[in-house]
Order: sequence, then structure tokens, then C-alpha cells
Amino acid sequence: MAENQSLVGEFFLSGDEACAEGAISAGCRFFAGYPITPATEIAERMSIRLPQVEGIFVQMEDELASMAAVLGASWAGTMAMTATSGPGFSLMMENLGLGIMLETPCVLVNIQRGDPSTGLPTMVGQGDMMQARWGSHGSYEIIALAPSSPQDIFDLTILAFNLSEKYRVPVVIMSDEAVGHMSEKVVIPYVAPENLVGRRHPRVSPEEYLPYKPDADLVPPMAVAGQGYRFHVTGLTHDERGYPVMTVEAQDRLVRRLVDKIRVNRSDIMRYREVQVEDADIIVCAYGITARIAQMAVKMARDEGIRAGLLQLITVWPFAEERIRELSQQARAFVVPEINYGQIVLEVERCAGDRARAVLVPHMGGEVHSPDTILQAIREES
Amino acid sequence: MTGDLNMENQSIEKYLRQDRLPHIWCAGCGIGLAVYCFLTAIDRAGIDPDEIALVSGIGCTGRVAGYVRLDSFHTTHGRAIPFATGLKLGNQKLNVVVFSGDGDLAAIGGNHLIHAARRNIDMTVICVNNFNYGMTGGQVGPTTPLEARTTTSRYGCFEPPFNLPYLLSASGASYVARWTAIHLRQLERAIAEAMIKPGFSFIEVICPCPPIYGRMNKEPNGLDSMHYYQEKSIIRNGADPRETAIELNGPIVVGKFVDKKCPTLWDHLRQVSDRAKERAKAKA
Amino acid sequence: MKLWRRSFDAAQVATKPAQVYIDEQRCKGCGYCAEYCPREVLKMSTELSPRGYYLAVVDDDSKCLACGFCEIVCPEFAVKVSSDNTQ
Repeated sequence: MAENQSLVGEFFLSGDEACAEGAISAGCRFFAGYPITPATEIAERMSIRLPQVEGIFVQMEDELASMAAVLGASWAGTMAMTATSGPGFSLMMENLGLGIMLETPCVLVNIQRGDPSTGLPTMVGQGDMMQARWGSHGSYEIIALAPSSPQDIFDLTILAFNLSEKYRVPVVIMSDEAVGHMSEKVVIPYVAPENLVGRRHPRVSPEEYLPYKPDADLVPPMAVAGQGYRFHVTGLTHDERGYPVMTVEAQDRLVRRLVDKIRVNRSDIMRYREVQVEDADIIVCAYGITARIAQMAVKMARDEGIRAGLLQLITVWPFAEERIRELSQQARAFVVPEINYGQIVLEVERCAGDRARAVLVPHMGGEVHSPDTILQAIREES
Repeated sequence: MTGDLNMENQSIEKYLRQDRLPHIWCAGCGIGLAVYCFLTAIDRAGIDPDEIALVSGIGCTGRVAGYVRLDSFHTTHGRAIPFATGLKLGNQKLNVVVFSGDGDLAAIGGNHLIHAARRNIDMTVICVNNFNYGMTGGQVGPTTPLEARTTTSRYGCFEPPFNLPYLLSASGASYVARWTAIHLRQLERAIAEAMIKPGFSFIEVICPCPPIYGRMNKEPNGLDSMHYYQEKSIIRNGADPRETAIELNGPIVVGKFVDKKCPTLWDHLRQVSDRAKERAKAKA
Repeated sequence: MKLWRRSFDAAQVATKPAQVYIDEQRCKGCGYCAEYCPREVLKMSTELSPRGYYLAVVDDDSKCLACGFCEIVCPEFAVKVSSDNTQ
């Protein structure tokens, strides 16, 4: 093990296991969760690994408690994470909102499964994508990442912690049961602590400290409990002192900053991957496990002479609006395969306007698309 | 004479957010009394205020977090205890206090309450019990006595209430006490004891809610409630918690009911953690 | 509440004066301090304050023993007792 006690080397891991290792490599030392297929293995691995690295694992009585405990641990100064699936994701929404309002760094992993409701616990789905953006009540912005392999989920878990600490916002990892339960080679490098982004500490004395006075990038430095700052924070609308101020002006300032905090920093947050997009007429826009099948479909289309390309969304939220708008000038159509009945396709449609068509290739859940299904849609648009 | 003494210098004032006073609680409300006892307790017991983290939920008592000059968190309804659990596990040096009301802790938060007691996690929970949901106008709650009138039980409450000391003692809490708003010296001592004692401590504080619960139940002035507590309280330290149920206008058994020494969550966790490290070393 | 006991050395020892201060901005006239003072030092005013309350006022603080109960029984943190009594 490395000195920060993460594993280093090449391993054969499932997506769930890789996610847990990514968290440990990133410095996560607190996990509170509740068993739910197909995310339980993350909790199980954390329960083994965290005590080995002086961290704490606790299984809470339900998902509401899990999310609340994660926020508490983060406010005690420890990097914290929880993992769940659709039904638990719904239960976590209120406290996710509290995390956004209090500007608490933390990571929430959703290994999506067939839904709605109890759905298909052991089978793949991608039906929570809009919920990741809008699931909690109110106006806010959030960061959501979509990994497509065990190696990817390892890397993106580290990225999730870095973004979460940097922007003081909960980051959601929208994975799925296919990635969570598949096992592949995962290369775990030594992650030097100086390469991790920690939260910004206050630079003033406790007397001068204002918990929500932002820096130029709209992110306030964060004091934690027990450092003598004697701050107060609340889920009520508040001002820079952290006190509840229930006025129209305070609401305007606070809500705008919570949203703009992510929007003005989009160029640092946004990530996507493009394959053969430069001259593409038909662009397949996909995320998560579906992106891998889409890449195969694009190759098959090219073999047939169709100028197809792949835009893989890595950050699904904030959505890649500018890139879609740009590409809609060159492409005739976007083909959007997703394991739901149409969620991210709505965003693509919105951004493409009437310059390009947005074509949904849905799968209700339970298995991944076949490359032929996507290829067929590409053919129809070409 | 009523003078203009400089309040800032008084020893308890330094624990209050001066810029947030006067507080929003009604005339005669008992929450201010519970807060004053709490602040006096930490001052006199010499507990380091920089190490205290106070968490409250939603409701009138939930507003306590906003008035104390400590690291304080005003969280979601019913979830103060799991938030506090996260704080304590994230930094064991913190002295974690949960200050919340009967509805927040025993209804929506009921599940978290019993699990935290079961874990015997080192924290102190101060439950202000005014027998209703005050902030939203006085609805029935899990501690409303049978036959009591509230805005959602106009013909009398038809649900038997929780006997909180019994519930907490059965769940595994290592310190359980109940006092009323008139038993201020005893309450202060209990809070200091509870905060110093390792393990899960629960203190129920029966308080007046004059304009709402009080008005609907023949205690329209705070003084009516205080007289009731004075006349009908029976101090029975060490009483069996099964016998501490409260009936409408009936006697209120107060005192320290449970004070036992047992391993805390951290004691168990440390054992497990040591074992994990030994095994990892043995494998290496 | 009336205090019915007298200390044994009441004739020999003169207690030094104590003073009760009531913050008019915080007092909401609940009456607890006046009711529970064992020496009837406080009473309720019959005039409405600008905030609409009948405030607690000091009636006669020569009787005050600085027991401090009015201070802790005030839900508003409005009462402060100051005294030179060190005994």
C-alpha cells in the first residue's frame, strides 16, 4: 500500500469495488450508507477498507440518515461519501438539498438500476439522470459524472472529490448496475496528496470570518466544527453571516450565487470525450455504459461509410450546452441512446434547436443496448 | 431600577449571538429557559465551547442553533441526530449536542433517535417537550397526552403518547433524565453531567407553550404551566422509566432515571478498527 | 412565593445591596421572575411598553439577596443580577 494507504498496482475489480478504492485514494475517510442492490458492494468494501486506513464506516438505519451523517462528517472536516441506487436516491433528496444549501463537500454515488420504484434491483438502468439535476426541491446547480467502466469510475470518484471540495457542492456519480457489477482491469496509481484538491480554509481570524462570504470564484472558504470559528449555518435562506435572513433580497443573492458558482466555473468542471466528431454528420451522444456500446455502433457505421461520431458525456450536469450547440451546426442529427424513456435527449433537443434532430434510442431497462439498435438509428438519420 | 447594564460582559452573554436577540420565542416559552440552563451548564462545568457542536432540527426548539455562539447547525426536520452522528464520527474530539423538540425528535426523527440510543454514541440530546408542533400552529404530536386538545385533535387526542424516558432507556441510552422548566438548577446539573458523561445522554425538558398548547389545554399563561409543574411534579431519581408516563393534567415524574456505564460506540469501533489493522499487517 | 425563613445572623450581618437589571428590549412580560422571586423584589408594570408588553420592573431591590433565580427563570435572557456579595 502507498503511504496514504490506498492500494497501488493493477487489479481486477468490479465497478463498485473500484469506486470504493477511488474514494480511499482520494482521501475519503468516512462512509455512511445503507444496503441496496446494486450498490451494496461499495458499502461492503468500505466497511473492510476504512478501518484499515483509520477511517470510519457506519451502516445507518436508512438512506435519510446516511446522507445526513455524510453532511455531518464533512462539517467535522472529514471527506465523506455515501452510495445508493434509485429508491435510496429518492430518500436522500431532502438532505442533498441541505448539502447544496449549506455548501457541503461530499460525494453521492448512484448505481442506477431498473426503475421507477423498486424496479429491477439487479439489472441496469439510467433512469435517474433528470432526478440527479432536479431531484431536490428548489433552484440549484449540481455536478454529476457518468463513468463507463471500472477504471473510469475509479478515476471519476477521485475527480468527484476534487470538484466537490473545490466548489463546496455535493457531487453525484451517476453510474449504473452494468458498470457497478462488471469486473475489469483497474490500474491504481499512487495519488500524491498534493495532487488532491482540498477545501479552501478561512484566511481570516474567527472574529472576522463570515461563513458565506465568497471568493472571486463565488466559493466561500470553509471553516469546520471544532476550529474555534463559532459559525452558524442553516438550511433557511441566509446571508453571508450564515444567519437566517428571510427577505427577497437575501433569497436573490443566495440562490443566484449557488447556481452561478457552478455556471461561471463550467470550463473547469465540464468534461466530455469525442471520437471521430470532426467530420461527423450523425453524432451519437451517450453516457455511462451506453457510451461503450455507442462507440462500437459508431465504428460499425464508419465501416459502412456513414460519417458518424461519438460525443461521450463525462460530466452530465452541468450539461454540455455549448458543445451541442456548436456540433448542431455541423451535424444533421444527434442519436441519443439511453436506458430510460428519454431524459438527456431532452437536453440535447433543447440545445440543438432546429439546427439538428435529436433522436432518442430508448431502452426501458434491464439490459444494455445492442450496437445494432444504435446502428439502425444512425442509418435512419444518414 | 431597570438599568442599561452592559449585557455583553455577563458571563452567559458571551455564549449568545447578541446580534440575533431578542429571540423569536413567545412570552413564557420554556425553550429560552432550557437554553439558559444549557449555557450555564457548559460555563460552570468548564466545557470548552470551541469543541462543542450544536445541531438542531426544525421547529421552535430547532431555532436554538441560531442563537448560541457555538459551531451550530440548523438541519432538516428529524435529521439532527444522524447529522450529529456524522459530526461525532468525523471528529471524536467534538462535544456534540442535539437540541430539538418532541415532534422533530420523536416523530419524523423517531427512527434516528432510537438507533443513536442503541449505538450509545457519545452525544447529548436535549428534547424540549411542549406536547405539540408549536412552530406550525399547534398540531398533535407523538408526546401529546391522551384527550389533550390540539389543532389536529380538536375533540381530544386519541393516540396514546410516547413515554420518552421509557423509550430511550429501552433503546439503550446510558443517561436518561426528565426535568420541567421550573426545575432549573436540577436541569443545569443534569446537562453538565450528561455532556461530560461518555455515551448517549437524553434529557427531556417539559416546557410551557402558552399561546398554543397552553391556551388549548387550560394553561393560557406560562405561569399556569409553571404552577402545574410545581404542584404536580414528583421528583423520583432512579424511578423505573416504565412508570414515568404523563397523563393530561396528571403527575409528572421527574428526575434522573438511567445513569449507567456501558461501552460507547467508539469503544466498539476502536476494537474493530484495531482488529482490521492487525489482520492487514498479518497479511502483509 | 413568599420567603418565610430568616437567617440566624440577620441581626448581626447586613447584606450588601444587590441590583436587578431588566433589559426592556428583551422582556416579554411573562411574569416568571416576579412570581418566583422569594423576596418579592420584582413586580409587573401596569404600563404597556413600546413593544406591547407589560414589563417586569424592580419594586424594591433593598430586599434582593442576589439568589439569581430571576436571572435563570427568565426565558428571554433579559434579567441580570449584580451584587458585591461574596459570601
